[in-house]
Amino acid sequence: MEEYLNIFVRSIFVDNMVFAYFLGMCSYLAVSRTINTSVGLGLAVIFVLGITVPVNYLLENYVLGKGALAWLGPQYADVNLSFLTFIMFIAIIAAMVQLVEMVIEKFSPTLYSNLGIFLPLIAVNCAILGGSLFMQQRNYANIGEAATFGLGSGIGWFLAIVGIAAIREKIKYSNVPAPLRGLGITFIITGLMGIAFMSFMGIQL
Amino acid sequence: MKALEKLVNKVKPSFEKGGKFHKLHRTFEAFETFLFVQGRVTYTGSHIRDAIDMKRTMMFVIIALMPAMLFGMWNVGFQHYNAIGLFDASLIDRFLFGFFKVLPIIVVSYVSGLAVEFVFATLRDHEVNEGFLVSGMLIPLIVPVTTPLWMVALATIFAVIIGKEVFGGTGMNIVNPALLARAFLFFAYPAYMSGEVYTDTTLKAGQMLVDGFSGATPLSFGALAASGQLSLAELNSSLPSVMEMFIGYIPGVIGETSTLAILLGAIILVLTGIGSLRIMLSVVAGGLFMGGIFNLFAVNPFMEIPAYYHLMLGGFAFGAVFMATDPVTASQTGTGKYIYGFLIGVITILIRVVNPAYPEGMMLAILLMNVFAPLIDHYVVQANIKRRLKRMNTSTVKV
Repeated sequence: MEEYLNIFVRSIFVDNMVFAYFLGMCSYLAVSRTINTSVGLGLAVIFVLGITVPVNYLLENYVLGKGALAWLGPQYADVNLSFLTFIMFIAIIAAMVQLVEMVIEKFSPTLYSNLGIFLPLIAVNCAILGGSLFMQQRNYANIGEAATFGLGSGIGWFLAIVGIAAIREKIKYSNVPAPLRGLGITFIITGLMGIAFMSFMGIQL
Repeated sequence: MKALEKLVNKVKPSFEKGGKFHKLHRTFEAFETFLFVQGRVTYTGSHIRDAIDMKRTMMFVIIALMPAMLFGMWNVGFQHYNAIGLFDASLIDRFLFGFFKVLPIIVVSYVSGLAVEFVFATLRDHEVNEGFLVSGMLIPLIVPVTTPLWMVALATIFAVIIGKEVFGGTGMNIVNPALLARAFLFFAYPAYMSGEVYTDTTLKAGQMLVDGFSGATPLSFGALAASGQLSLAELNSSLPSVMEMFIGYIPGVIGETSTLAILLGAIILVLTGIGSLRIMLSVVAGGLFMGGIFNLFAVNPFMEIPAYYHLMLGGFAFGAVFMATDPVTASQTGTGKYIYGFLIGVITILIRVVNPAYPEGMMLAILLMNVFAPLIDHYVVQANIKRRLKRMNTSTVKV
């Protein structure tokens, strides 16, 4: 139980996808103009990360990894399909994103049109593939840990984009120097938020 | 006074439109408003008649900071003379030593910060605001006295540009500039800011440190205990007594050691209506709550010390009274202030006792909540709208 809590808290605050690794920046910068759309995108990312990381965990451990196919029989024990890792991970992610897209289009057409191209682009959001690759690198012990990690990373990304959306709504009325308006000031805010998130660095539960 | 007024009025035309120094008219205006109340009135729109303006607000905060600053100066001298073994140095000696150590830091902070402010005001043609008067006072009080002056200048310039001017100046910043300066120093020069030794130990000829002098701050003992290097008994014997912590003659950052002096400041801020009592109280409540939780489930010795100790250790009191209540970066809504303050208290204690990398958590906790304050406000406002809509809908149904 403690292990799960540790992974969960670490993936939200300490190893935050945006502030610790600067992953998923494109949609983070582009869709953070208003809180409502960023909440929508954030929830979509939580969902996709929460599903794809455990699914890719199964894929990695029972199909792709070195010796992962041993359950088929002894003659498969030294088959190594890890050269297929990227393409298989991406395929899973793309399938999940399709699912999310259909659900959002059905249930919230406004959100669907607000998110625009960035909804299908979740498929190539580096935070999502990053989540699966971190999962592979960190050798989580079981599928529960992988799922916790995926969910936590998603929530961390959600917090980041909603937080910056609120700030951007607030500074709409600020007298920002002309060259910095828009993305420039957003980058600076992201840096300041990164400093604030450094408070969690080194926490071990 | 009259002569000064005459002089100001004499040079005024050359700063007005068409004058020789028109480019510098913002600088002139700043000095003029600093000296006299301007004779300008508005002709259009609605007016609010109120004696309080930004200049006065900021002056009250500076007055509230005075007890902490004066005590800090004395404490710098006190720690120094104790470190070199002159335990019977007089009060005046101790104060003067501290005064001549702290004054340069204050001057450097004001000069570098105001220089940036004037440059931006001239280039961008906005008014020079009094906002920096407070930040420039806060920065010296939250750095250790051992900080080199060039570092103070660098941090101040960084904080004023990145923390404030890029957002458009006073009133539009997201994070507290003084805290940003401190965070900048903390991450850029960790060797000076790690909370190990904050006592000035410069020696004159013939002086030497007393045997066994460590100068370690109480929080650095706490950090050792949190990482399991000190037992509870050892921690208790290293921590100063409650009275020492409350009055504040303990090693630490210049302005933050004395809870008593800060309390005086808090009373001034609350009575004048400038500092938010809600935020102060909820920060304290958050700290006590989290301290209490750690007391119940203690895994390391630092979690076992009484929760109220945390309120007097390190920068907790100073942060709660002067930093968290910054009206620009705090939550603006009433309910939001409770949430904001409470979370600051909780996160501070969390960082202190759980994170062995940082002995102190106040600065980072406030920065973190500064960043999330707009989000809290947004949801408080939305909830309010929803509640009122509901009330309206039910009342129309009844009719």
